[in-house]
Amino acid sequence: MSDTRTPNSALKIGVYVCHCGSNIAGTVDVHAITEYAACLPDVAVAREYKYMCSDPGQELIRQDISAHGLNRIVVASCSPLMHEPTFRGALLKAGINPYLLQMVNIREHVSWVHTNKLEATAKAKDLVRAAVRRVRLHKPLEKRKVAINPNVLVVGGGIAGIHAALNIANSGKHVYLVERQPTIGGHMAYFDKTFPTLDCAACILTPKMTAVGSHPNITLWTYAEVAVVEGYVGNYKVKVRHKPRYILEELCIGCQECVEACVYKEGRWADEFNMGLSKRKPIYLPFPQAVPQKVLIDPDACIEFKSHKCKKTCVEVCGERRAIDFNQKQWFDEIEVGSIIVCTGFKTFDARRNVYYGYGRHKNVYTALEVERLINASGPSGGNIVLRDGTQPRMVGIIHCVGSRDHNTNRWCSKVCCMYSLKLAHLIRERTSAEVYNFYIDMRTPGKGYEEFYDRLLDEGVHFVRGRVAEVTDWPAHPSEEGKLIIRAEDTLAGFVRRIPVDMVVLSVGLEPQADARDVRRLLNISCSEEGWFLERHPKLAPVSTFTDGVFIAGACQGPKDIPDCVAQAGAAAAEAMALADAKYVELEPYTAHVLEESCSGCKTCLTICPYSAISFIQETKTARVNEVVCKGCGTCAATCPSASIQQNVFEDGEIFEEVEGLLAYA
Amino acid sequence: MKYTYYPGCSLKGTGRAYEESLLAVFHALEVELEELDDWNCCGATTYMSYDEVQSYALAARNLSLAKKTGRDLMAPCAACYLGLHKTQNYVRDYPWIGHIVEHALTAIGYSTDLSVRIRHPLDILLNDVGLPAIKAKVVHSLNGLEVATYYGCQLVRPYALFDNQREPTSMDRLLAACGATIVDYPLKTQCCAGSQKGTLPEVGLDRIQRLLAGALRVGAETIATVCPLCQFNLEAFQEQASNAHQFDLPVLYFTQLLAVAFGIPLKQAGLQRSFVSIEPVLAHREIAYV
Repeated sequence: MSDTRTPNSALKIGVYVCHCGSNIAGTVDVHAITEYAACLPDVAVAREYKYMCSDPGQELIRQDISAHGLNRIVVASCSPLMHEPTFRGALLKAGINPYLLQMVNIREHVSWVHTNKLEATAKAKDLVRAAVRRVRLHKPLEKRKVAINPNVLVVGGGIAGIHAALNIANSGKHVYLVERQPTIGGHMAYFDKTFPTLDCAACILTPKMTAVGSHPNITLWTYAEVAVVEGYVGNYKVKVRHKPRYILEELCIGCQECVEACVYKEGRWADEFNMGLSKRKPIYLPFPQAVPQKVLIDPDACIEFKSHKCKKTCVEVCGERRAIDFNQKQWFDEIEVGSIIVCTGFKTFDARRNVYYGYGRHKNVYTALEVERLINASGPSGGNIVLRDGTQPRMVGIIHCVGSRDHNTNRWCSKVCCMYSLKLAHLIRERTSAEVYNFYIDMRTPGKGYEEFYDRLLDEGVHFVRGRVAEVTDWPAHPSEEGKLIIRAEDTLAGFVRRIPVDMVVLSVGLEPQADARDVRRLLNISCSEEGWFLERHPKLAPVSTFTDGVFIAGACQGPKDIPDCVAQAGAAAAEAMALADAKYVELEPYTAHVLEESCSGCKTCLTICPYSAISFIQETKTARVNEVVCKGCGTCAATCPSASIQQNVFEDGEIFEEVEGLLAYA
Repeated sequence: MKYTYYPGCSLKGTGRAYEESLLAVFHALEVELEELDDWNCCGATTYMSYDEVQSYALAARNLSLAKKTGRDLMAPCAACYLGLHKTQNYVRDYPWIGHIVEHALTAIGYSTDLSVRIRHPLDILLNDVGLPAIKAKVVHSLNGLEVATYYGCQLVRPYALFDNQREPTSMDRLLAACGATIVDYPLKTQCCAGSQKGTLPEVGLDRIQRLLAGALRVGAETIATVCPLCQFNLEAFQEQASNAHQFDLPVLYFTQLLAVAFGIPLKQAGLQRSFVSIEPVLAHREIAYV
């Protein structure tokens, strides 16, 4: 390697140091850095400016490029995540290759994390020196253009997935909607009313479900899961696994005569849709408004699967339609899409984990979702709020924040529980005239019409006790508590411990990431927060994008949110996917790896470690070759190659060594 | 299997039956115990309210000694168990306490390494010895004897190291393995009144009444405890606590019930020391004993 520190008359480097208002200039002596940079070898111009990313700031760079013939640019400012594209654009406008730029992050890496101005300035100088040495080795690179497949895959058929799919389908693009359950609808389908307007959930949801089921631009696959995702933005290849429902969907007309005819005259298995509060048969329709209106068979319950000795009255009554197939096996479909919207939703906190609330031990302790079903007119009790013995509760306690805001379980606020607790309190009071007690830590009701709804409940005579409940016990301290569940809580406003005997306890369980969120994350190559919520690209400015181009997230898989927020996000994600599709082609960053054929020994080590199968072995030359269209630029092969025969654009060994040496040099 | 055994004051005094039964049971299970040489007060209860930091220094001396033995330290008394743990945590988490305690240890030439692992016999029996080995030793099944397992407050709070903080079950599993029926006793982690029976007698007595009445209500024939103070409070004041109920409920250490199941003579397990004899209950249940 030639000594790159020897001045090279062909190189003219411009260094631009940003104040970022006082963000950088408050902690770093920007002027000193600029003066220092001006003295570094090959630096032709060094300037400082208050906001380098502004139009005048960029104009400064462009003018210098044409006036001084600059051919390498270093910008010392913020994280490249946001503004690398900005400054690359400035280079392009000035007529030089955008990859001849190097950014130095003296904001997140220096000014925001240090307080000592002298030391911070010294560190910033080191970083600028390293960048100046690195940028000398930068080469002009070209982006690649790839056509975009306009089809979109939506994963998850809750309200977010439904809304996103309909938006895209209505714009004329084709959507594949894949749902794991036998019906779409998600959690919203369980509800009777929605807060704060008390809209009937089914009345606003089922028309959308039906629209999905009959839309010519939507291929709806329920009881199916995404198995494999390959490819990259604009060109994803997806394998979908269909679980057998033992019913041929194309033949079943949803008449449910088979359900009627089943040899079991009464249901015997816990009905999933009613949270186990009612029983269903081995052959069943998940719920009356299910989309698609196709029954399915539970092989763990059906006699035919156990003994092959069933009379098969279901097959008999299905007759000529022949929609029942006991031999159905899982099968796969392969599709090609340009983008993917992930709307996989949430699961509720398992109330058994908080043993002191007695869920699973005391029969009259319910979770909020169970009570949603009790309230629902199509639920197990036809909308009558009754206890397991059929009587109506006269005293009801609703415990907020079960599995939320709790250092022992989940630390986050689940956002929707205060409001749904209020909704349940209202409905219980309205239908049973019971005394309803809410036990809360803080009432969190921000949202349009939400605080007003809280006010309304205060007027309706619902009781509010501020304090986290210590326990729910069936232990009477007084004869009047006999046969009741006693809620023991410190009333932090009144300043004493209260014991409130009730007939029914409702646990307002929090929201959690789906149990297999981490598997889905790996499948789609997106990121999760520590808790397991899918991570957005930027919490404010890219809330539905992910770090993988062409993969978007919407709804509660990104974090707890209510229906309006889910729908808003779904709309945003749909717009992003449509914008991508309408762009027709996408430009890919040239961060790919390439093989130096003259030194490649053909050991094939790189073939096995490439996570994207982008490397193949060429028999004629006995060397490896990288398919640049498939290569994601992860750098694994470049780091693994024993003879350093794989180099990655922008991260070439020479560039990195030069940067490291520049960092460590004493100057 | 060998452990360093820290008896604390109770097991040499009011809780002698605990020590006797514990040693007999561990001997039967062929688990060796070696008493910590030159141990001193664990610094619990009264000491802690008199001078908190001094009490940590006391406990620390025990920990320093125990660390040198190279074995886990077994502390059967719930107050010792908590006090020793608390010292480890406070010395680590609060530098100003750590500084004083280390200074005290250095002054007497002791090591400041307090990282010995502190274990409770329940933990050792369940997780090191294991239920199969314990079942194998049962010669007289407890024949469905209805036991209320009472853990008290200190064993699982605030440090729940081997069991659930609110709903502990380790003692349940152990005694069920010996044939006992464990009744659902919702008061199992409530306070036994501690030393309030002495300082605020009516408050203390009220608590004791509630705990005993509760055990009777769920049909318990005996209460099993892990703590000498709990055992003492629940057993010694039954006559005074009798109001609507006539209390006559044997309150034993869990190790005493294990001893009965293992066929260890009652006298070797300190059962002759009980104020309320277990013998009528054993006879009623047709549980053999010697």
